[in-house]
Amino acid sequence: MTSILTYTLKNLPSTSKWALKFSVRPLSCSSQLLAAPAAQTKSKKTLAKPNIRNIVVVDGVRIPFLLSGTSGLLQRTSVPKDVVDYIIFGTVIQEVKTSNVAREAALGAGFSDKTPAHTVTMACISSNQAMTTAVGLIASGQYDVVVAGGVELMSDVPIRHSRKMRKMMLDLNKAKTMGQRLSLLSKFRLNFLSPELPAVAEFSTSETMGHSADRLAAAFAVSRLEQDEYALRSHSLAKKAQDEGLLSDVVPFKVPGKETVTKDNGIRPSSLEQMAKLKPAFIKPYGTVTAANSSFLTDGASAMLIMAEDKALALGYKPKAYLRDFVYVSQDPKDQLLLGPTYATPKVLEKAGLTMNDIDVFEFHEAFSGQILANFKAMDSDWFAQNYMGRKTKVGLLPLEKFNIWGGSLSLGHPFGATGCRLVMAAANRLRKDGGQYGLVAACAAGGQGHAMIVEAYPK
Amino acid sequence: MVASRAIGSLNRFSAFRILRTRGYSFRNFSGSSALLARTHVNYGVKGNVAVIRINSPNSKVNTLNKEVQSEFMEVMNEIWASDQIKSAVLISSKPGCFVAGADINMLASCKTPQEATNISQEGQRMFEKLEKSPKPVVAAISGSCLGGGLELAIACQYRIATKDRKTVLGVPEVLLGILPGAGGTQRLPKMVGVPAAFDMMLTGRNIRADRAKKMGLVDQLVEPLGPGVKPPEERTIEYLEEVAVNFASGLVDKKISPKRNKGLVEKLTAYAMTIPFVRRQIYKTVEDKVRKQTKGLYPAPLKIIDVVKTGLEQGSDAGYLAESQKFGELAMTKESKALVGLYHGQVLCKKNKFGAPQKDVKHLAVLGAGLMGAGIAQVSVDKGLKTLLKDTTVAGLGRGQQQVFKGLNDKVKKKAITSFERDSIFSNLIGQLDYQGFEKADMVIEAVFEDLSVKHKVLKEVEAVIPDHCVFASNTSALPINEIAAVSKRPEKVIGMHYFSPVDKMQLLEIITTEKTSKDTTASAVAVGLKQGKVIIVVKDGPGFYTTRCLAPMMSEVIRILQEGVDPKKLDSLTTGFGFPVGAATLADEVGVDVAKHVAEDLGKAFGERFGGGNPELLGQMVSKGFLGRKSGKGFYIYQEGSKNKSLNSDMDSIFASLRLPAKPEVSSDEDIQYRVVTRFVNEAVMCLQEGILATPAEGDIGAVFGLGFPPCLGGPFRFVDLYGAQKIVDRLRKYEAAYGKQFTPCQLLIDHANSPGKKFYQ
Repeated sequence: MTSILTYTLKNLPSTSKWALKFSVRPLSCSSQLLAAPAAQTKSKKTLAKPNIRNIVVVDGVRIPFLLSGTSGLLQRTSVPKDVVDYIIFGTVIQEVKTSNVAREAALGAGFSDKTPAHTVTMACISSNQAMTTAVGLIASGQYDVVVAGGVELMSDVPIRHSRKMRKMMLDLNKAKTMGQRLSLLSKFRLNFLSPELPAVAEFSTSETMGHSADRLAAAFAVSRLEQDEYALRSHSLAKKAQDEGLLSDVVPFKVPGKETVTKDNGIRPSSLEQMAKLKPAFIKPYGTVTAANSSFLTDGASAMLIMAEDKALALGYKPKAYLRDFVYVSQDPKDQLLLGPTYATPKVLEKAGLTMNDIDVFEFHEAFSGQILANFKAMDSDWFAQNYMGRKTKVGLLPLEKFNIWGGSLSLGHPFGATGCRLVMAAANRLRKDGGQYGLVAACAAGGQGHAMIVEAYPK
Repeated sequence: MVASRAIGSLNRFSAFRILRTRGYSFRNFSGSSALLARTHVNYGVKGNVAVIRINSPNSKVNTLNKEVQSEFMEVMNEIWASDQIKSAVLISSKPGCFVAGADINMLASCKTPQEATNISQEGQRMFEKLEKSPKPVVAAISGSCLGGGLELAIACQYRIATKDRKTVLGVPEVLLGILPGAGGTQRLPKMVGVPAAFDMMLTGRNIRADRAKKMGLVDQLVEPLGPGVKPPEERTIEYLEEVAVNFASGLVDKKISPKRNKGLVEKLTAYAMTIPFVRRQIYKTVEDKVRKQTKGLYPAPLKIIDVVKTGLEQGSDAGYLAESQKFGELAMTKESKALVGLYHGQVLCKKNKFGAPQKDVKHLAVLGAGLMGAGIAQVSVDKGLKTLLKDTTVAGLGRGQQQVFKGLNDKVKKKAITSFERDSIFSNLIGQLDYQGFEKADMVIEAVFEDLSVKHKVLKEVEAVIPDHCVFASNTSALPINEIAAVSKRPEKVIGMHYFSPVDKMQLLEIITTEKTSKDTTASAVAVGLKQGKVIIVVKDGPGFYTTRCLAPMMSEVIRILQEGVDPKKLDSLTTGFGFPVGAATLADEVGVDVAKHVAEDLGKAFGERFGGGNPELLGQMVSKGFLGRKSGKGFYIYQEGSKNKSLNSDMDSIFASLRLPAKPEVSSDEDIQYRVVTRFVNEAVMCLQEGILATPAEGDIGAVFGLGFPPCLGGPFRFVDLYGAQKIVDRLRKYEAAYGKQFTPCQLLIDHANSPGKKFYQ
C-alpha cells in the first residue's frame, strides 16, 4: 500500500507545469452545460472571510483507480518536496505493518524525513478528513503547506487469524514450560484456522453496506430500472470524460510486470438489457442492488497539495481552487447509513450562506445508484425533512445537469480512502473547465456519517 | 438421532410457562379505498394478483373470529371465481400483527365439547379449501403470526415474513390448555418435521422470523426498512406487499417453486420418520418427557402427541378428526379454563388503569446495587431508561454493575441481542457512590437493606437532593410502606414497588399504595413497571402486602410439616406434584432462609397466632449455622457450583430432631399435606380480598401465579376456589382446623362463597 501512495505523492507538482497543462486544454464540453452557470447571479461574490486565511488547492493527482488485483510496485521519480510542512493521509482498512501509512509513504517518496506525517481514518470520507484536517492546520496558522490524500489497497487487505487462534498464539508466547505449551496446544481446534476477513459491514449492525443500500433503495421506493439507468449514466459520462481527456488528475502508473496503466479501468458502459440480467448481489433473490449499479472497490491513491493562498502565490503557484466551508454529519447507522449527503448538503450551504442555485458543480460520492437516488428523493421530500432533519421544508431537487457529469464512483471506482480527494479535484477541474464559481462536494461513509464541502474556483 | 433431537428440543419444554401477552403498536391505516365493502377483510387487484388485506377495525390485533372467517371465505370465493386473478397475497394492514390467533372468546361461549369441536372443524374446512386453492396464495407476514394465524399461514402455498423482532410465529395453544385445532397438528409435522413440530406445539414458544426461515416455516424473509418518504412501518408493509406480489406472479409463471430445498439433516430426519420403529421411539420419548414435566397435571401436551400420532399412523382424515375432537375435549377442561383465565388476567395487568402520569419518567435512580437493585437497573436500562445506580461501596457497586453486564451478556450468548446492542444498553447505566445527578431524577427506587432505620436514613438523604416531582419507591418484601413514609416530607410521593428475584426473569411487580400515595404517583410507578416489561398488581399497604402475606402462612405450614418428620425431598415432590413449579423446601433455599426468617418474625408479630404453626426457631437455628440456602451453598440442600444435582443437607438432621413434632395421622396423608399447604395460601389470599388489600381477584391470581409460583393449572387461588368449589375448600380447612386450630379457620368471604354456590369470584 505504501508504494502506490508513494507514487502518488511523487506526482504532486513542484512546479506550475500542471497548471499550465490545464489552461491550454480546449473547451469541448457540451454547450448546454456551459450555459447554466454563466447566467447565475450568486448570493455571495466569494466565500472569503475576513481575518481567516484563504486556503487553496494547488493541485491534486491520483493514480488510475484499478479494479482490485492489478497493483504492485511502482517506479521511482525524485522531486524535491522540502516546502511541505506536514503530510496527512486517509485510509480505511489498515495494514498492520504500516499503521501510520502516511509516514511510510512520505519517507518512501523522498520527502524530507523532517516532514511529519499522520494517518486519519473516517471510512469512505477518510481523505476528506485528511483535507479538512489540513485546512484546519493551515487556517490556524500552524503550517503553510500540507499534502493531504488517501490510499486504499483492496487487493491486499490484511486477513487475521481468528480470535481463538490469536489468543492461543499470544498465550503460547507467554507459556514458560513445555507442559504449559502442550496443554495450550491440546486446546487447538480445527476451526481456529478459519480466518477473519475484514468485511464491508457495519460493526454496530453487522449489516453489509450493499445490504443496507438495498434496504435504503426499497425504503425510498427506488426501482431496479431507475438504479440501472443511473449507473449507465455514470459510466457513459465517465467514458465521455475519459475520451475527451477531462480526467486530468490521473497520472500514469506502471504496474511491474504488466503494462503501464494510464486510465481508470473500471469504466464499462453497458446496456440496460445486459444490466437487467444481473442477479441481485445482496438481498437475494428479490433485491435491486446489483454489481452493475454499485461502486466497485479498487486500489487507488490520491494526493493534494494544499497551501495558504499567500504562500502558494509566493512560491509561484497558480492555485486551482479555494477550499471553503465544510461540515461533517452523522445519523443512524442502520437505516440511514448512506444518507450523509442529504443531511450534509443543506448544512454546508447554510453555513456558507449559499443556496442550491449558487452551486455550479455538484460532485457526490456514488456508493450505489440506489443510494444516490435515495438521497435525491430524501432531499426532495418535505416529509423526510420535517420528520428526520428538523427542517420545515425539503432541501430540494438537485439539478442533474450539474451533477457528477464526469462520472462518479460507480464508474471510476471507489478506493475507500482516496475518493474524497478525487471528488474535490473533479469539482475544481470542472469549475475551471466550465467557468463556474462554486462546487459542492458530498459523500457518505460507514458508521452513518457524511461530509460536504464547498469548493470555490480560483479566479483566473 | 431424530429421537435425540426431539429430546433436545423438549429440554426447553416447561409446563409452567404461561402465555405472555405482547404489546402491539397500532397505527391507523388508510388502505386502498376502492373496495371497502367488508369490515375486516378486503382485497384489491394488482395486475393479476389479488391483495387480500386483513384489518379488523378498532382493534390493535387481528383475530380469527366468525366474521373474519366468513369474510375471508367470501373474498376467496370471489378470487377463485375471477378470470382475471391468477394468484393472491394475504397480508395484514396492521404493523406488528398479522393474525394474533383465533378469538379466545369463541371458546368461552361453548357449553359442550361438541360446540368446541364444531369450531375446530369449521377452521379445518376453511384451511383445507385454502390449501387446495388452484390459485397460489402467498402469506405476507409482518408482526405476530400465532395460533390460528400460523395455521392460516401454513395453509397458504408460500410464506414471506419480515425479519424484525415483532414478527414471531408460533402455536401457543398449549399454554391455554388446548391444541392447534385448525389443522396445525397435521400440517406442522409435514412442514417442519416431527421433532420440530412437537417442540413448537408442546412448548408453544415464539419463533422469530430468521429461525422460522431456517426451519422451513417461511420461504422468504424481507428486511424491515428504515425511513423513506413515509414512516418506516408503513413503507415496510408496502414493500412486503410488493415483494409478495412478485412472488405470487412468480409462482403462477413457475419461475418460483413452492418446494423448499431440504438440507441433509432434514432429509435424514424425514427418512428416519418413515421407519415405524423410529416413530414409536419418538412418541415414547416425548411422552415420557411430557409426563415427567407436567406430572399429569396438564392434559393438553399428551393430547397433542396423541393427535399427531393419529395423523401420522392412520392418515390425515383420522388425524383431522382426532384433532377436532380432542380440541373440543380440552376446551372444556378446568386446566384450560384456568390458563385462559390467567391469560385474561395478564392482559388486564399489562394496562395502566391509573392513566398516563403527568410526567414521564426519563431519569431513574436505583439505590443499592445488590441482587435486587442491580436487577431493577438491568430491566430498566435494557428498555432504554437512563439509570443511575448508587451504592455505598466501590465493591458493592462493582458487583452490581457486573450483574447487569452478565445479564445482558447472557442475552448476547442466546443471540437475543448483539454485543454492540449490549454495550449500547450498558451505557445507559451510570454507577456512582454519591447523589450526583439525583437532582434530575424523576423516580428513585431504593433497594437497600431490609431494615426500617436504614430505609428511613436513605429516604431522608434522597429527599434532600431530588426535585419536587420525583417519586420515591421502596422495594421491600415486607416492611409496611406507611412506616417507611412516616419520615417523608412528601408522603404522597412515596410508594412501594416489590420486585421478585431474579428481577430479569420474574414477571411480577407488586405495587403498594398507602392511604397518602397520590394517584399520579401510582400511575407513574405502573408506567415504569410496564416499561420494564412487568405484569403489575396494585395492592393496598399492610404487613406483607399481598404476596408475602400469602406466602408466610404457607411457609409456616411447610416448617410444621418438616418438623413432623417429612423430609424436604418428599415435601418438594408433594408440592411440585400439586403443580408448584418449585418445591416448598427448595423455594425457602432460593428465597434465602434468613429472608424467610425475617418475614416470618415480622408477620408473626403482625398477625399473631394465625401465622403460627411451624416453629420459626427452625429457621433461626439454620441461620445461626449459616444454612442460608443457595446463596451460602447450604440450606435444606447442599448446592455445588456448576452441578444441578443437589443432595440433602445431613447437618439439618440434628435441627429437625431437636424440634420434632408428633405427626397427626388423620391429617398427614400425602394429599392432606398438599392441601394443608395450599388451603392456608388460598385462605390468606381470599382474606386479602376481603380486607381490601387486593382490588380484584384477577390481580390476586396473577400475583400468586407470577410472583409465588402458585400452580398455573389451577389458575390462581381465586380461580381455584371457583373451579374446585368453595365448599370443598372450607370443608378441608375445617378438617385441619379441628386438628391444629385457628390457623386453618376459613375467612368470612370464603364461607360466604361456600354458603351460596352461585357466588363466584369470576362471573
